Amino acid sequence: MDVGRHPNIRLLAFSELESLEGELGNFDITIRKKARYVDENRCTGCGECAEKCPTTLMDPFNLGFGESKAVYRYFAQGIPSAYTIDAANCRHLQPGKKCGICAKVCQAKAVDYTQKDQIINLNAGAVVVATGYDLFDASRICEYGYGRIEDVITSLELERLLSASGPTGGHLYRPSVLAMKKGLAVLEKRRDRLKKRLDKSTEFTRVRAEHNNKSDFTRFRTENNNKSDKNNSSKSEKKNNDKSEKSAAQILEYEKIAAEYEKIAAEYEKIEAECEKVADKIEKSSHARRIAFIQCVGSRDIRFNRHCSTFCCMHSIKEAMIAIEHDKESEVSVFGMDIRAVGKGFEQYRNRGQKQSGIRFVRSRVAEITQTEDGCPVLWYEETMDRKVKSLTVDLAVLATACQPSRGSEVLAGILGVEINESGYFRSGTLQPQDTTREGVFICGCAKGPADIPESVAQASGAAARAAQALLQQIGQPV
Amino acid sequence: MQFIHPIQEIVRTGVFICHCGSNIAGIVDCRSLTKYCLTLPGVVHATDNLYTCSEAGIRQIMEAIKNNDLNRVVVASCSPRTHQPLFQSACKEAGLNPYLFEMVNIREQCSWVHAKDLEGANKKSRDLVRMGVAKASFLKPMIEIESSLVPAALVIGGGVAGLSAATAMAGMGLRVFLVEKEPQPGGLLNNLYSLASEYQQPCVHHLSEPEYQSSCTLQHFSSEHQSSVRHYIDDLIKQTETNPDITVYTSSQILSVTGYIGNFEFIAKRDIKRDAVQNNIEHVAVQNRSQDIVARNNVIAKADIESYLKENTERIRQKVGCIIVATGAVPYQPDKEFGYNGSTVITQMELERSFLDNTFKSDRVVMIQCVGSRTSGREYCSKICCMTAVKNAMVIKQKKPDSEIHILYRDMQMYGVENEKMLWDARGAGIRFYVYNEKEPPVVENGVVGFYDPLMGEFKQISCDLTVLSTPLTPSKESGCLAKIMKLPVDHDGFFLEAHAKLRPLDFSADGIFVCGSARYPATSMEARAEGLGAASRAASVLFRERLVKSAIVAKIDSETCVMCEDCLKICPFEAITRNPEKMVCQINPILCKGCGCCAAACPSQSVTLAGFEHQQLFAQIRAIN
Repeated sequence: MDVGRHPNIRLLAFSELESLEGELGNFDITIRKKARYVDENRCTGCGECAEKCPTTLMDPFNLGFGESKAVYRYFAQGIPSAYTIDAANCRHLQPGKKCGICAKVCQAKAVDYTQKDQIINLNAGAVVVATGYDLFDASRICEYGYGRIEDVITSLELERLLSASGPTGGHLYRPSVLAMKKGLAVLEKRRDRLKKRLDKSTEFTRVRAEHNNKSDFTRFRTENNNKSDKNNSSKSEKKNNDKSEKSAAQILEYEKIAAEYEKIAAEYEKIEAECEKVADKIEKSSHARRIAFIQCVGSRDIRFNRHCSTFCCMHSIKEAMIAIEHDKESEVSVFGMDIRAVGKGFEQYRNRGQKQSGIRFVRSRVAEITQTEDGCPVLWYEETMDRKVKSLTVDLAVLATACQPSRGSEVLAGILGVEINESGYFRSGTLQPQDTTREGVFICGCAKGPADIPESVAQASGAAARAAQALLQQIGQPV
Repeated sequence: MQFIHPIQEIVRTGVFICHCGSNIAGIVDCRSLTKYCLTLPGVVHATDNLYTCSEAGIRQIMEAIKNNDLNRVVVASCSPRTHQPLFQSACKEAGLNPYLFEMVNIREQCSWVHAKDLEGANKKSRDLVRMGVAKASFLKPMIEIESSLVPAALVIGGGVAGLSAATAMAGMGLRVFLVEKEPQPGGLLNNLYSLASEYQQPCVHHLSEPEYQSSCTLQHFSSEHQSSVRHYIDDLIKQTETNPDITVYTSSQILSVTGYIGNFEFIAKRDIKRDAVQNNIEHVAVQNRSQDIVARNNVIAKADIESYLKENTERIRQKVGCIIVATGAVPYQPDKEFGYNGSTVITQMELERSFLDNTFKSDRVVMIQCVGSRTSGREYCSKICCMTAVKNAMVIKQKKPDSEIHILYRDMQMYGVENEKMLWDARGAGIRFYVYNEKEPPVVENGVVGFYDPLMGEFKQISCDLTVLSTPLTPSKESGCLAKIMKLPVDHDGFFLEAHAKLRPLDFSADGIFVCGSARYPATSMEARAEGLGAASRAASVLFRERLVKSAIVAKIDSETCVMCEDCLKICPFEAITRNPEKMVCQINPILCKGCGCCAAACPSQSVTLAGFEHQQLFAQIRAIN
């Protein structure tokens, strides 16, 4: 928000660097501002479009725990607050289908299906790279069962589950339970649909009963008529015959429908029983109480990343403490080789977690995660301090996934004309930590290597100082 | 301070209720609260939105001000600490004086704390909003206070952090004064034999394991570390000393700091004799130089400082706009722990010294980690000792490849890419690592280190001719004195306390003063450098302004009713109040005043008014409770 409102900062969101030419003091920069299909200046962020959009997608911000639409905002407080249409999933922008609902409901007339990527040329004196990092894909470690065992999740996923404004409103439900809930919702929808049809059937029974009475009465009356009025024209007789024939056919049809209704009733009962079963299961297992945190998932591992990701020990301890705050009965264990609580106040925080919140630290690297019959993850590990192989059954296993160079770093390095190091991060000088291999291009945060928040913030200020210093010296020099 | 006298006007208040996603709306019924607001006196507009702080929410406020001709704005959302400036700037942008804005906290004070009491939370939010609206009616427009500034900075401490900060600021064309207590700048780096970074080769990913192992051999290490660390620090010192914009005062200590952001004045004393002896400068030359400095700095004698001035000291007095504290830290000196004797049981610093002096002779070395840290007395992890130990073990291996080195540790804190790599390499080089339990610490006796190895479940005894204790960096005594002189906060361990642990690591909560390097928390030379540069950037963002603008929310003393009881003076945490014996009243310096309101609460004669929290305004707010 500070950045978005600062008069000296022009924020180009949803944009990518295309090329960088020139030198310190005079860089020609080409930026591709990707098409949003929504006019940023007009969109008020009211959200009417997303409400009415018929395409439901997985919500990437909530890591699949929630739903979003084909016209979306990555998260609610984002800057700018304008919506974006996901072209790959939008009915209107994909050939063959007509939709256009968002354009119709938008009062600000901000939706523009014809918007194109925009090329922006800028001139700047210095460049600061702060492209951050990506997380390790935990499914690459098949023995941990991520993606296969529902209740094995990553730290970031847990972060969404613990968030008060997250998909569960801060309740720590197990993902398997969430999946069951989703399943239950589908079942209930089906049940309700059947119920509606069944409700019609009671109406039908009434109508049929009425009809039967009515037809009996008609028949009776016809017969009477026949008796009383012998001069009854053949025409009317024929008509009556037609009528009775018709009602006979109708009765037959009614019976058919009745049979069908019986079938529906049977199915309804079956589904309702299933619903109850699932609901019962959900009730029994709802919150995650036994939680295990597994450190160094993809880091300090010769198969993937040799480096230590620096911040995972602390965020696991933090998440563990929040989980315990949610539910005092929680039993939380952290499995790590070394617990690297290195930073101001970190060791004290760890000790507080251990002594006050009751986190159990296990010096171990978990070997494998299996599953019990009812789906709970089971950790297999050697407790090194006891020299024993043990197992632990938990409700939720949380993987502290490694910090990795962000995807596209190599491409970006090529555009910037800077080197990346053997670990895939941007190379910086040992003695000039904020400088890259190209003059005038500076670096900070996790783009340079794993760093926690205070370190990133300090580095960002440092990179700003280096850039300012370089530029001011340029200005000072006689041309 | 200046007040614009309120024109007699009809109050037209706009109230904005924030849902904060479900943070507030989950508990508080925002719709009915909004409706309720419309029934309050003066309220002509009320609306609720999902996030008032979002761009759309801000736009709504601005439009409402224009469309409804609002002259008061009340936002009921989260803490004013984080969002008040944002909403105020929105008011300003829409043409409303920002001091006609009032904020009510219905998140922390309602929905979060009363989450289990729906009715109570709703009632309280109505009460709070009503109180806010009542207070808003009496708000007055005000103008921010402006002051001039001196575009120069003081850096206290000439270690790697201080030198980096000084050179960076001078590189931007700012005037810098660097005060260093030792005769030579350079800090702890002066005592080091090598830096860990010299042993941190690039991490090689694509190599197979045998290739990787072979790449770990010691042939890659340069044999001239000593010169490289010396070279690095000498280079930094040279850059500092040759820069015409930097004045370095060695053998100097800060005596006093007065003033406020933009206009600090510091007085330091300089031990000329010590400086001269250490730097081999002839005394006469020094005297000439000091006279020169005295003349240049326009030093004026003052009686209370005079007592500090003895024969061989010189006093320095300068005005600066910002101050960077880079006083570093000192290694903990053990007191007979683990049999420390300074000869066969030494510290890592002493080991470095023996490398430098070329007196290192041992073949069998045991290093013990966490000596004096991560214990009950000193709870923190000093974070640099593990890498120091591994680095020094590598130095020994390089000097004597056949030597046996054992490192006893609790957790190896080799965070990051390079450190972890160094740990791998150390293992590859044959350095042995053993875990020990905090409860069963190693015992050092007659050259034998005995400890319980929990991984093997047995007691071990390692005989060695040198035991090296890895001790933490601790805050120096001088830092403690400086904290008192400058009234800066320190944390539980004695390190300087930053304004925000995560988001403002280099700022003090007092404006215009910054911190970097090991003065904040133990840091490696690279981290100290990054922080030094960062602090320079923070200071520069102040010093490049033409003038300073500060909030108009400051206290003022009515000289008519003040009796100079000095209650306010005693209670003021920012030293903003002084007595004026001539008029027999107390006075407040509006630039120093942070608007905390302590004085206004303490004043027995109600002579102190805090702008934005005037008696009339607060009483209106209190009366609205019922």
